[in-house]
Amino acid sequence: MADSRFPSPFEVDGPEGIEGWEELYPYSVTFGDARKDYEDNRFWFWDSMHWGTAMTPFDSTFFEMAIATLSQMNSRHYRIPPADGIDFRVLYGYAYLSPVGVDPSNIEARVPQFMERAGHYFMNWDSLYDSWLGKVKSTIDEIEALDFSALPEMEELPIVTEGIALGSGYRLQKDWHTFKDLIMKTWQYHFEFLNLGYAAYLDYFGFCKEAFPSIPDLAIAKMVAGVEVDLFRPNEELKVLAQKAVDMGLARAFDDPANVDLSSAAGIEWQAAYDAVKDPWFNFTSGNGFYHFDKTWRDYPEIPHAFIKDYITKIEAGVDIARPIEAIIAERDRVVAEYRDLLDSDEDREAFDGKLGLARVVFPYVENHNFYIEHWTMSVIWRKVKELGAVLAKEELMSADDDIMFLRRDEVDEVLWDYYSNWAVNSPTASAHHWGPKIARRREIHQKMVAWNPPKALGEPPEVITEPFTIMLWGITSDSVQTWLGSEDDGGDLIGMAASPGVVEGKARLVFNPEDVGDLEDGEIMVAPITAPSWAPAFPKIKACVTDIGGMMSHAAIVCREYAVPAVTGTGFGTNRIETGQMIRVDGSAGTVTILE
Amino acid sequence: MSDELVVWYDRYERSQKELVGGKNASLGEMMVAELPVPPGFALTIDAYQQIWSNKDLVDEVNDLLRSIDHDDYVANMETSERIRAAIEAIPVPESVIDALTTAYAALCVHCDVEDVPVAVRSSATAEDLPDASFAGQQDTFLWVRGIDDVVHNVRRCWSSLFTDRAIAYRHQMGYLHQAISMSVGVQKMVDPKASGVAFTLNPTNGDKSQVAIDASWGLGEAVVSGEVTPDNYLIDKVIHEIVHRNISKKEIEYRLTDEGTVEKLPVDAERQEAACMTDEELQAVAILARRAEKHYGAPQDVEWAIDRHLPEGENVVMLQSRPETVWSQKKKAPIAKGGGDYMSSIVSTLVSPLHTKKDS
Repeated sequence: MADSRFPSPFEVDGPEGIEGWEELYPYSVTFGDARKDYEDNRFWFWDSMHWGTAMTPFDSTFFEMAIATLSQMNSRHYRIPPADGIDFRVLYGYAYLSPVGVDPSNIEARVPQFMERAGHYFMNWDSLYDSWLGKVKSTIDEIEALDFSALPEMEELPIVTEGIALGSGYRLQKDWHTFKDLIMKTWQYHFEFLNLGYAAYLDYFGFCKEAFPSIPDLAIAKMVAGVEVDLFRPNEELKVLAQKAVDMGLARAFDDPANVDLSSAAGIEWQAAYDAVKDPWFNFTSGNGFYHFDKTWRDYPEIPHAFIKDYITKIEAGVDIARPIEAIIAERDRVVAEYRDLLDSDEDREAFDGKLGLARVVFPYVENHNFYIEHWTMSVIWRKVKELGAVLAKEELMSADDDIMFLRRDEVDEVLWDYYSNWAVNSPTASAHHWGPKIARRREIHQKMVAWNPPKALGEPPEVITEPFTIMLWGITSDSVQTWLGSEDDGGDLIGMAASPGVVEGKARLVFNPEDVGDLEDGEIMVAPITAPSWAPAFPKIKACVTDIGGMMSHAAIVCREYAVPAVTGTGFGTNRIETGQMIRVDGSAGTVTILE
Repeated sequence: MSDELVVWYDRYERSQKELVGGKNASLGEMMVAELPVPPGFALTIDAYQQIWSNKDLVDEVNDLLRSIDHDDYVANMETSERIRAAIEAIPVPESVIDALTTAYAALCVHCDVEDVPVAVRSSATAEDLPDASFAGQQDTFLWVRGIDDVVHNVRRCWSSLFTDRAIAYRHQMGYLHQAISMSVGVQKMVDPKASGVAFTLNPTNGDKSQVAIDASWGLGEAVVSGEVTPDNYLIDKVIHEIVHRNISKKEIEYRLTDEGTVEKLPVDAERQEAACMTDEELQAVAILARRAEKHYGAPQDVEWAIDRHLPEGENVVMLQSRPETVWSQKKKAPIAKGGGDYMSSIVSTLVSPLHTKKDS
């Protein structure tokens, strides 16, 4: 008999030897006496889709920013009638979420507010989206322009002669404060459209399911999917570069992607073509943008080089790697026309046209925001943090470049004040002595938390999960919660979302991070807590993909469908139950994974 | 008159429907719709009507029919037997024999098989009577080889209009026996690896975007009669994804023996729990079923087979397509509520998400 609830957040024993771990995170995000009753009476699920491993103190910034801004849009901007924010906590380094519903008696009053506010966005989507692109790009420019360079021995003369008075210490402090504000700005932009986009998509999705109860989710997504999508552009640029390398006789230069020799004249010309596209397109993370250890293609060229090598191999084998744009458009039009034709009445056809039309208007945002925020902006943000971390280490306030990742963002303020004030006085700083042992201890705690296996969920699940975004973004439904509760000992098939169709059998390989992707062999099945869209070039290698968490609109599902790789997402326990080397059957149409003995 | 004795399915025209009867017309119609039925032809009602120019036969049958006491089932059965024997005993008119012989020989050449095995099927027709009036009342003879057996079974088809059931039915409904005419279909037999039925909707929920397929090893009898639990599939009509599959244990199959007879045989152990169709074959059936539905403009119930003697990619043949009657007659309320007001619709989607409805 399955349990009816998950362990209380107050009963979960964390890893051994991490006393004092709470200090790594702001007190507002840890479970504790302040809100014990409230916290103990809620259902919390681990968002392993976005935060699959323990966060360092600085990593937690983005968890807090993302979920707070998501919530803000639901609760305060658009007045989503049934949904306020999503509460968030860190337990032993892991991200837990708990959707906050609106009191049923207040839902009605929010409807007109929502209609007016969201209606404005739907009515003016294209122009608002255009201005969104401008806002995001100028925010990126602002972040790029922040100056975290070391403080000089002496200020430039004009600071004095022009009567400016404001010195480099002020510049560093100000730019750091601005940086934090710009991060928050970025995350508000991230959610400016996203929830509304999903709401429109959900409405269209619901209509399709009502008209055709057995329609595959894939078909619904296919009718909406953009053809030339910015999120796919980095991968398209790789193909172009691979073709160029072959055309220029440089194919062999990529045989060892870690040591690509481009010193020849052709190589220099090729490199120029590479440099011309790397900004912005290779501001593409090999993770999901939320962790300081995620690597971007732009800063780690061996990653794109390895993908380019794979494409070169395909080109040389005579495989056509180009996406057949016209055929994809024609197929999409055919699919739409056929389902439309199958509807029973003109009234339904009119409604279908309207909903599909709106879904298509909102979808470019849903697909593309991921490139602009998680990949591009976050790549720039991480570069800046690392730049500052290196300066602090060089100036001997910290002992390593990445020590900054073990500080909370508010603690960085203290270090910068120590730096500035003692630079001003020309006196010794205290940070190295103060933080040295603390950071060493935090690294130790973090390591232990990374090695720990957190529970899927905490507390008592609601009878029915109705929070629309939990269902859509995280793929968490009443059914999947029941599966989590019951699956510890049943040993049957893993059940998840039918995210990308097809049935295949093959050897499993567990993949936990971008480094593991390289271990995948042709024809293996990737089993991962989550997959990141930037793993896309690895997808032609694999036969199928299984993830622990993720809905049908998760980034992973979108990319799997794009590359026609069968996928089951949101299995809950895939990485716990499956071992590397096991034969498994993945049914991406039924959403089941069977471990074959 | 005699030039209308034979109508080939691939040259069928709708104006010939009355000549060839409902069953043959539907096969001809399928050819018109580019639904691959096995090749064959119809022997028209003109051939049947020629036998009634035999005055002796007319008198004998009329006497027998008049003698019937409709409350005496046993006696009726005997009378029916006698009428049928009389019909089967009279010589087939020479023009009919000639037409049959020529057409059958042409079919053998077309199939490149000597004495090609055929199905000989009755296909009744009657002016102003609904086709459904004859459903299940006539005979089909399978695996018929050689012109002599073809002729013999054509006679049996003719006589099948006078089974005790058919006589009683017409009596009950007040139809004249003379109002009914019989055409006969002669069609190449398929030797199916597997066969079954397909509905152009999901029979469990009426979803018109799906094709439901029941399939089992061998001839279709096993599925139609319910002697096996067939493999069951659901395939999306538009993107052709196999949405659902349920493979059953299939213990028996109807197969052609070396002697040319059809027998119910046990399925060998290793095939019992194996899928009887490839995904490509399933998709081909779904595409053909959808084509039939589009052609007829209504949901269809289709019989199909996979011929083991045809090359892959061309091995799916359609045997029959008729309108689906359960879901097609249900009146469905429009899904769109409030027409084009998308905001209200979005609100209701948010307030009661889909899966909460599904479970209710």
